[in-house]
Order: sequence, then structure tokens, then C-alpha cells
Amino acid sequence: MPHILTGNRLETGDVLWWNGSDWTHHIREAALLEPAAIEALIAEMKPAERINDLAAVEVTVEGGSYRPTTTRERVRAIGPSVRPDFALPSLPVETI
Amino acid sequence: MYRYDKIDQAIVDARVAEFKDQVARRLNNEITEDQFKPLRLMNGLYLQLHAYMLRVAIPYGTLSGTQMRMLAHIARKYDRDYGHFTTRQNIQYNWIKLEQFSDLLDDLSKVEMHAFQTSGNCIRNISSDQFAGAAADEVADPRPYAELLRQWSTLHPEFSFLPRKFKIAVIASEADRAAIQLHDIGLQLRKNDAGDLGFRVWVGGGMGRTPVLAKVIREFIPVSQFLSYSEAILRVYNRYGRRDSIYKARIKILVNELGIEAFTQQVEAEWALLQPLALDAPQSEYDRIIAQFPDPAFDPAAQDSIDVSDPEFGAWVDQNTHFHKQRGYASVTISLKPPAGIPGDASSAQMDIIADLAERYAHDEIRVTHSQNLVLAHVRKVDLHSLWTVLRAAGLATANLDLVTDIIACPGMDYCSLANARSIPIAQKIAAKFENDGAAQRDIGELKIKISGCINGCGHHHAGHIGILGVDKKGEEAYQLLLGGSGAEDASLAKILGPGFDENGIVDAVDRLIAFYKSARTGPDERFLDAYRRLGPAPFKDAVYV
Amino acid sequence: MSDPQIATLAELLAGANSSAVRIEPGDDARALLPHLGQLTLVEITFPKFRDGRGYSSARILREAGFTGTLRAAGDVLVDQLGFMVRAGFDDFAPDVPLDPAVVERTLARYPFVYQKAADARAPAWALREG
Repeated sequence: MPHILTGNRLETGDVLWWNGSDWTHHIREAALLEPAAIEALIAEMKPAERINDLAAVEVTVEGGSYRPTTTRERVRAIGPSVRPDFALPSLPVETI
Repeated sequence: MYRYDKIDQAIVDARVAEFKDQVARRLNNEITEDQFKPLRLMNGLYLQLHAYMLRVAIPYGTLSGTQMRMLAHIARKYDRDYGHFTTRQNIQYNWIKLEQFSDLLDDLSKVEMHAFQTSGNCIRNISSDQFAGAAADEVADPRPYAELLRQWSTLHPEFSFLPRKFKIAVIASEADRAAIQLHDIGLQLRKNDAGDLGFRVWVGGGMGRTPVLAKVIREFIPVSQFLSYSEAILRVYNRYGRRDSIYKARIKILVNELGIEAFTQQVEAEWALLQPLALDAPQSEYDRIIAQFPDPAFDPAAQDSIDVSDPEFGAWVDQNTHFHKQRGYASVTISLKPPAGIPGDASSAQMDIIADLAERYAHDEIRVTHSQNLVLAHVRKVDLHSLWTVLRAAGLATANLDLVTDIIACPGMDYCSLANARSIPIAQKIAAKFENDGAAQRDIGELKIKISGCINGCGHHHAGHIGILGVDKKGEEAYQLLLGGSGAEDASLAKILGPGFDENGIVDAVDRLIAFYKSARTGPDERFLDAYRRLGPAPFKDAVYV
Repeated sequence: MSDPQIATLAELLAGANSSAVRIEPGDDARALLPHLGQLTLVEITFPKFRDGRGYSSARILREAGFTGTLRAAGDVLVDQLGFMVRAGFDDFAPDVPLDPAVVERTLARYPFVYQKAADARAPAWALREG
């Protein structure tokens, strides 16, 4: 299963996705990585204490974007299912 | 209500300055996230699914119009124009940025508000009866004692690193509108045979993974000594509460493991040792605080009748107003459970309207209930119609207090990183079936549905007549169905009825429960809960799991 | 100041002739009460800062009349110092050295306190009484 790397920005709490060289707000720009590579990245980044809750998220590749396999991560990627007006544009709310 | 003196304000200001310093040191990498986290939690700031969530303290659920306006301002300036009122009488904001948090705390401190100790392993917000000061059945207003507890517990040096969170509720009547039997300490104000004021002290209640009803540790402690007695309880807990598992760390586990007799002995022994230390506040401090909770200047000529010729208004009066001790007055519940709404949410515009109404019609006082609604405790009956008209236009006049659509739901997996399942959509789907049919809702009668998205139980599902618990079933959202809980003075813990359901299944199950109840009740006056207690779970189970 | 040999609680209770003892979070501070006369130093350990049992131990010892040195040792962070001083500690042996400037700011932070503790600070209600 493909994985991508996520975290939350310390200063704002924003949900972020690793695009291979930097952090982005849009899940569709994330970089697919092997779990071992994600582990290594997390180990490298964690001591810097700038991005909270670094974690690997399992996804399926769909429609030019990545759809997390758990509801929790889909909610995290899109926004609250009960507030479609807050939905981030990378995935449709219906995807939750 | 209580107004800060210069000491209270200085403490808040110092706390804000301290937290600003801590944030700066975190942003400079002088402390790690692991070290910062408990500090941030002690100021009510969680990291949730989408952003930081801030829980602002509303001490014992009481606030003024000015404070409500500030909460509206916070929602507009720092968040997304709305807030969520919680089951512990606080308010939560879901989209806060750490880098703006200092400014937000400054704004709050201008109106005597803060977010201290709304999280973390410390003593949390003291909760109380939403009708305090208005209820005809109270011995005295419990809130001065809640204020004494608030001060005593704020930045308490011995009790800031407890095994786990600690929740205290205070009431002053036999009727329990604050669920004291489900709190770590429950305090019930009463009079002894000599007419002295004191508390019946309950200890060790709670929900979560191990739901337990509290037990009485002491039938009567004089009000003059209740703080030192609480100190004794907290010290025994701090010393002996389990610290090996977060699921075994509440005081309820300690009380269960020792047994109430042994636990009581330890507390009494500790209290005896504390007596010579004069830890209790003096009578002058009690008098000073009690004087800040006088009856409002009631209108002695207030008309006692209400013109209910408008049936929609009449239905709202019947359902959402509560008897007031003063002739000509009523207490009003503002429902935050409108059709297609999110339980407990209010927009900043609605908060401003409620602030205006409080100032105009309710002696400038608003209460938050643990059912995620708001209360205007002191309203003249003659003003009810004018008040209702404004509420109605603002979507705040849903006549559903304690009915099937008055559902308690935690934020759940739509917001909360602890959740296993979403709770708000379940509430919405259940409510949708009855939404525009007040008569159908009234026919069902009192039915308290409570939904939690995880075992932490912030939706109080163990105290629901129907309780719903979100669980994770191999990565999918699933729901357990529980029946027969109550957080009132007839406290009981809801029990799982049978196997769990998916999202559609749980909504369907609730439908079947209601249909069965209507067919089996002795009459429309027998509540769902009473029918369940009379018949037992078996026929309900049969009705659901055909 | 060089430390006297610090006995464990078990050693002290077994009769060790030490003027210094170390107690762990799970130890009963009241076990020291018969021995306070011989003690000039009690070290209370904080293996993890979240474990707050040491605050109760400290306060209990001060309430029992111990006037010697009460030291907090281990995972002692500057943000706990204010609480620790109020609980009765007057000496600190943190695993990681504390920034003196931050220590100073922390200890001077609160002009008032709400409740009585093991320090000499008057609680708010006492100041209001007058």
C-alpha cells in the first residue's frame, strides 16, 4: 500500500503533507514513499521539533490525488464532514 | 455574578504572561513538544485533527453579556465565526493558531476570562446547576461555593500533576441537574437537622472506559470546612491514584480498589492532619463572594400569566421554560440543537444576539448547560414573547428541551484526534426523522440521547437513556448501542444492548427502540427511561435485533 | 556544599545513621516522620515530571515540621519550579541544567496566590480579610 508523510505545523496547527522536498497544504501534492523512507524522514525531522505528530498515512491513488484509507485521515485531509464549507480543495467532501 | 478584584486580575495577567513566555520558548526550540504539551494543555490548548482546539473556561457555566460578546469576537477574530458549547459548560474553538494564542488570551483576560486548567492532569472547570439562583428547589445558590473551589484549585501547587484529570460538580438541590454522581467529587449543598449549611460529599464517579457511580464519602461537611476536606481527598488521590495506565488513573479506580470504607478512612485521617493548618477560607471570604450572587432586582409586580394563544410560542413555553422561584419569572433554555444543526454550536452572530437578549431581558446573565444548551435564568414572563421572537429569527427557538432531537453529541471524529467515529452526523440523522414534527417529538416525550465518538465519553453516553458509543471496527466507524443511563438524581449507567452497528444501522436501531417504546409504554406519561427500567432490556433487544 | 551520603528510605528505616535520605515517588513520606530529627537533607526524586507525587511528599514533610533542605531531583523543569517552591522545596538537582534567567522570571511570576501551601505566602483570602 502506498504511504505519504503528514504532520501538523507547530505555529498554526495546519495539516501538512510532505511533497518530497517541502511541506504542502494539499494532499494531492504529496509524495508517495516507502514506509522505511518515511521512518527515516521522521527520525530526521523529529529532533528539530518544528512539525508535530509526524506520521505515515496509508492512501490509495485516486483521481489525481491521494485518498487516505481511514475515515480519520480523510477527515483530517479534507475537513469536518459536517462543515462542507470548510473543505480543503484537494479531495471532495463526499470522499469522507 | 463574581467580579474579579485586583488579586484575581493580577493572577490571570501573570498566567497569561507566563504562557506567552512558554510559547516563545517553544517557538525558539528552548523546550521540546513533550515538555511543552502539559503546559499548553494546562492552558486549554489541544492539537486536534485540523488545528489547535482551545477550550475556554466558563466557571460553573455562568457568563455575562459582555463576556458572551467577547466569545463572539474571539470566534470572528481567531476562528471561523462559531464556537461549540460543551458538556462541561465550557466553550471550544476548533481553528486556533498557536502563534495568535497570546493575543487571544489577552482579549479574554480583558473580560475576566481565561482557559486555565480546562485540560491537563489538574482540577478542571467546576460545574454546577444551570438554574442556580433561580430554581425553587435549591437550598441556596451553589455558585459562591463553586467560585471558592475555583480559586482554591487554580494553580494549586500540590495538585497540578495528578494521575489524571479531576472534575468537581456542585449543586444545591435534591434534583441533580449537574450529574454529580458522574464526577470525581460531587458536592450537594444541604442543611443538617440543626439548620446548618453543609455538603453531602460524593466521590469516585465517572464515565469513560470504566463507568462508575459516585459513592457518598461523607453525609455532611460544614461549608466552612469543605475546601480542606476537598484538599484531603485530592491529596489521597495524588499520592495513591494509579499512574501505570491512563485508563486506570481516575479516582474512581482508587475508590473501587480500596473500597469506599477504606478510602473514607484515608481521607478522614488525612483531613484530621490538615485541620491545624487552617487551610479553609474564613467566613469573611465566604461573605464577600456570596454577596456577589444576590438575587437580581426582581420586578415585584411582574405578571404571572403568559399569553400562549400563539401555538408555536405556547409549545416553546411548555417545553423550554422552567419554573422560577420568583413569581412572574421563568428560566429559559435556548436550544442549540436546531434542525440540521450541529449540537452545541453557535455562530458569532448568534452569540451577539444572546448577549443582547441577556442584557435586555435576563439581568445580564447567561448559563451554559451540560446538555450543550444555553439558559437565561431570570426572565419575566411578560417578556417571554418578545424574547422568543428574537430567538426564533436567529434560529435559537427550537422547542426541544429534553426531547429526542435534543441530542448531546461530542465533536467526534469530525474534529477530535481521540475519536474512533463521527458522532455529529449520527445525531443529525437521528434528529432528521423528527425535525419538523414537534407533536411527534412531544408524543415520545423525554428522551435523552447521548453520543460519544470514543470511550473517553465526552458525550456522556453512559448517562444517556439511549447512549451511542463510536468504536473502531477494523478501520471502519462502528457504533455500540447502550440503554438505561441517567445523569440525574436517579443516576444509572447505560448498558450495552447487543452487537454494534454501522452508521445506518444505529440510526435504524434508534427508530426501532422508539417504535417499541411507544407500543409498550403504560401511557404517554411513562418516559422511555421508565419503560426500560420497568421492562428490562430483553424486549428492547428483541425489537432491535429482529 | 558537598552532600552527605544519601540513604535510601529502606536503608534509613533499617537503621542507617544518615542525615540525608532519598525518597522515590512511591515511598510514603510519613515514614520519615520519626527520623526528622536526624535529617538535614531530604531528596525527593522526580523520575518523570508528570508524576506529581513528590509535591505531596514535600508538603507533608514541611507540615510535619521538617526545616532542613528539601531537594527536588531528576526530571525537574523550570516550569514546575513555582509549584515546587510552594510545595516546600528549597533546593533543585535537575537532570538538565536550568536557565537562570528563566528561573528568576518563573519564581517572580505571581504577585498573588489563591491557596495556602508549604511556603510562607499569604493566600488571597488572607490579604482580603483586612
